[in-house]
Amino acid sequence: MKHTISVIVENKPGILSRVAGLFARRGFNIESLAVGVTEDPAISRMTISAEGDEQDLEQILKQLYKLIDTIKVFDLPHEKAIEVELALIKVSASDKTRAEITQIVDVFKAKIVDASESSIIIQIADESSKVASMEEMLRKYGVKELVRTGKIALLKGSAE
Amino acid sequence: MEITGAQALLESLKKEGVDLIFGYPGGTVLPIYDALYAEKGIKHILVRHEQGAAHAADGYARATGKVGVCLATSGPGATNLVTGIANAYMDSIPMVAITGQVGTALLGKDSFQEADITGITQPISKHGYLVKKVEDLPRIIKEAFYIARSGRPGPVVVDIPKDIQLTKFNFSYPDNVDIASYRPTLKGHPNQISLAIKAITAAKKPVIYAGGGVIASGAAKELKELAEHCHIPVTTTLLGKGAFPETSRLSLGMLGMHGTAYANYAITDCDLLIAIGARFDDRVTGHIDHFAPNAKIIHIDVDPAEIGKNVRIDIPIVGDVKNVIKALLEKLSVKDEHKEWLDQIEEWKSKYPLSYKLDSGLIKPQQVIEQLYELTKDRETIIATEVGQHQMWAAMFYKYTKPRTFVSSGGLGTMGFGLPAAIGAQFGRPDAIVCNIAGDGSIQMNIQELTTAVNNKLPIKIIVLDNCFLGMVRQWQEIIHGGRYSSTNLCANPDLCKIAEAYGVAAMRCSSPAEIRSTLEAALAITDRPVLIDFIVAKEENVFPFVQPGQPINQMLID
Repeated sequence: MKHTISVIVENKPGILSRVAGLFARRGFNIESLAVGVTEDPAISRMTISAEGDEQDLEQILKQLYKLIDTIKVFDLPHEKAIEVELALIKVSASDKTRAEITQIVDVFKAKIVDASESSIIIQIADESSKVASMEEMLRKYGVKELVRTGKIALLKGSAE
Repeated sequence: MEITGAQALLESLKKEGVDLIFGYPGGTVLPIYDALYAEKGIKHILVRHEQGAAHAADGYARATGKVGVCLATSGPGATNLVTGIANAYMDSIPMVAITGQVGTALLGKDSFQEADITGITQPISKHGYLVKKVEDLPRIIKEAFYIARSGRPGPVVVDIPKDIQLTKFNFSYPDNVDIASYRPTLKGHPNQISLAIKAITAAKKPVIYAGGGVIASGAAKELKELAEHCHIPVTTTLLGKGAFPETSRLSLGMLGMHGTAYANYAITDCDLLIAIGARFDDRVTGHIDHFAPNAKIIHIDVDPAEIGKNVRIDIPIVGDVKNVIKALLEKLSVKDEHKEWLDQIEEWKSKYPLSYKLDSGLIKPQQVIEQLYELTKDRETIIATEVGQHQMWAAMFYKYTKPRTFVSSGGLGTMGFGLPAAIGAQFGRPDAIVCNIAGDGSIQMNIQELTTAVNNKLPIKIIVLDNCFLGMVRQWQEIIHGGRYSSTNLCANPDLCKIAEAYGVAAMRCSSPAEIRSTLEAALAITDRPVLIDFIVAKEENVFPFVQPGQPINQMLID
């Protein structure tokens, strides 16, 4: 089963490799990982998507918590969290296709952030599944490059 | 007061109560060694290989309960510590490993003798620091010692670039340590304690399974009270040896792969298992589904990550073992003397005692351990072992009655640990008889440390059970691999007595069962230098009982 794990850590050197190393050692594959500072610049928050069974998950949460620089670790249940990821997609575009692509961009409430003779760059910030279906729809026009940030997530106010 | 980073390191160590460190010099620790040259408050013990320094610091920590300290230069010096750090990590031993590092301007440039030791040791240490600013050094040392000794103890690495050691700054040592992200839970939760009390009171066939955590927490006295007060038999792990007196009628000895039959039967039959400071290691549990299959399990441990890691736990109690046992004792009143259960255990004990067959012509290794026990049982004695058959015989045939008297590499199983660990233990306990029980394979893995023992006039007794084999591997080859002795015959061994003598160690050889006692007596009488006794023992003796890997622990080969 897929899990979204939040790890709140002291913003200290080496912590990213400690966290990533733990996943590798315990046989967990990290699907995506996003790191950034929080409201307190001395503290960082990592959001990790990974797959594994419940018992493995419990063990990895405990092992993560055991790291000296870890302040808090928790699993975010999908139904109780807002999960978003950002993607930039560079798509081939000609005079013929530009209008169609723009329509798709509108449907997904995405944004065109760069345009040239032959391509446009689209920015989308949404649930992972939406990002994936937008990519799917753009594929026939020719996706030249795509970059995703990995998911970030927050517990909903009502679930706290 | 303006002092250099190197001087500040020594001042900080003294503030932490350190008066002894084990180390080996080199290019990037020159400033620290220069400061040590004039230092009166810290004795530096020069080993002959950095691995020896790490194991000596580990042995010192195990024998005293204090934090062991080792020091090495960058690159190969630091990587030579790695086995010792991993060993301390697996057995939760408090240690601070200090390494020199190339200057900050050279970091990350594949400079001469550069190795990323904080990176390398990440998965095998409790924590690690690379000191980037000299002003951080005192706080880092304070934190390193605090982390090493608190909660579940473990090794901490402090890597100090050479320019930091040379930089002068205004030194002051912090009084307090505060790491917001590290707050070990020391008191057991009252609700969990109540649940445990209910379960203990209701149990008909309880067993205590005690591990190294009891010794780490200093809870041997409390454990004894708990067992005696509630009439509960106690089995210990290898690292739990000494946590409970093995001379007590409630003692079941060790459990697991080479555990006593009665301990393994008791575990399999019990209705309540109280695991204290133990971690359900595979060498203890055997096939996990058949481990204590009928029991409710209480697990007391300071490390929450151990709860439920290997087996399902009914009543977890996270907290310092000593605190938790005390809290249990406050409210426990058990009327049941478990007579039937203890009678059953007595029956198993008399039916399946630890045993071996004597031979009139050949020394049996178990005999040597038994006679050593007879000769030293009334004196303060520490037994340090290497890893293999001799280690198991030392665990089974010597009776440990006090904590910190059995020094052995449990989790990592490091051959070559025993001699340097014995050196560390003898420094920590100059009053005690320190014996290194070794095999002819293991003793050669850190034999260079004989020099360290001789130079410091340490009267360590090195007892080699010499069977010309890597005995434990040979035993597995015999039983599991159809007797194909692949690379385990050590008949090309050098003459260990001649080697010992070349180092300045007194040496004796004994190959007759009738002379075991007199040889041991002669060795014990030597007090001004180490002594090595080469006991030529039966070549193909096996360690029994033996639970084959992956089998239920009640299915043992008994002989």
